[in-house]
Amino acid sequence: MDSQTVIVPQSHAELEHEHSPHLHHHFANMGQQREASNFGMWLFLLTEIMFFGGMFTAYLIYRNWYYPAFVAGSHYMKMWAGTLNTVVLICSSFTMAMGVYSAEMRNRKNLIRYLSLTLILGFVFLGIKAYEWHNEWVEHHVPGLNFSINDFTHVDARYPTDKPLKVDMAEKTQIYFSLYFLLTGVHALHMVVGVSIIIFLIFTAWGGAYTTGHMNLIENFGLYWHFVDIVWIFLFPLLYLISRHQ
Amino acid sequence: MSETHFEHTVNPSEPTHHSHTVVSPKVYALVFGALLVFTALTVYASGVELGVFNAVVALIIAVIKGTLVVLFFMHIKYSSKLVKLTICSGFFTLIVLLALTCTDYISRAWGLW
Repeated sequence: MDSQTVIVPQSHAELEHEHSPHLHHHFANMGQQREASNFGMWLFLLTEIMFFGGMFTAYLIYRNWYYPAFVAGSHYMKMWAGTLNTVVLICSSFTMAMGVYSAEMRNRKNLIRYLSLTLILGFVFLGIKAYEWHNEWVEHHVPGLNFSINDFTHVDARYPTDKPLKVDMAEKTQIYFSLYFLLTGVHALHMVVGVSIIIFLIFTAWGGAYTTGHMNLIENFGLYWHFVDIVWIFLFPLLYLISRHQ
Repeated sequence: MSETHFEHTVNPSEPTHHSHTVVSPKVYALVFGALLVFTALTVYASGVELGVFNAVVALIIAVIKGTLVVLFFMHIKYSSKLVKLTICSGFFTLIVLLALTCTDYISRAWGLW
């Protein structure tokens, strides 16, 4: 690593550790306030990890029980869409990290720029996801609403080596698709909440809310956005990749 | 190293020290590049016949990617011991819950699978 250093613009008052206007009365100093805020955000994210962890466990157990159905179901995932969405989310995590950095540098224009880029990438992700869901509807792969086992009881032209499933196992592909819609749906819900908050952040950042030395909200939202990215990093291999070779 | 440290003067007897590091864009760009490389790698590996190891390789790559995001994008590499310990205990609890659930499922139909 080189010795490139980053100089954070700080006002005279902060350097002298005087009372910052952003400091709440129950904190000793800005550092403590920031630490407490980050700590609280992480506690929330840990509850989110437990929430998604339960659904991942359900996926793990059902996959072992109805393995052929899960393999057959995942063959109908669109590889290009999943890969593209992974790249889109990783890009959005990068732009979000740069947004936090811009707030740190007190660069209002760059902050708004990076938040807007993150917002656009968030919408691109949701758009691709909506396209996939629409496609699954068209293919009768939505359990409970529009489902047919036809694709799984016959040999598909795309997977000529796949043996057709017996009817009882073919029915179990509904469990794969139920978990698929649950996991991607809850993840997409987090994305919708995320893009809504970004819109709010862009408006308030316009007025200079996070570039005067108080950026806990931007930092904590960044943590949330990266967390949603991590959930997708695990969803992508589990739903799209691990049965692809069979 | 390409990051800067800011030590805020605090009571040294406090359990958390509020040092504050700003990660440079260069580090972000490197992590970003690594994440893209790992994505390409995992997609490539999924097309190779590895038997049960397809799932293992995919999950190992996912764990590496997740760890990179947590350490650098989420600044955990530079955060206080309190936050580090809290996150580690959270993941430890998740692993305990996963392991106990799996032992339950394996042992209920012992010998029948």
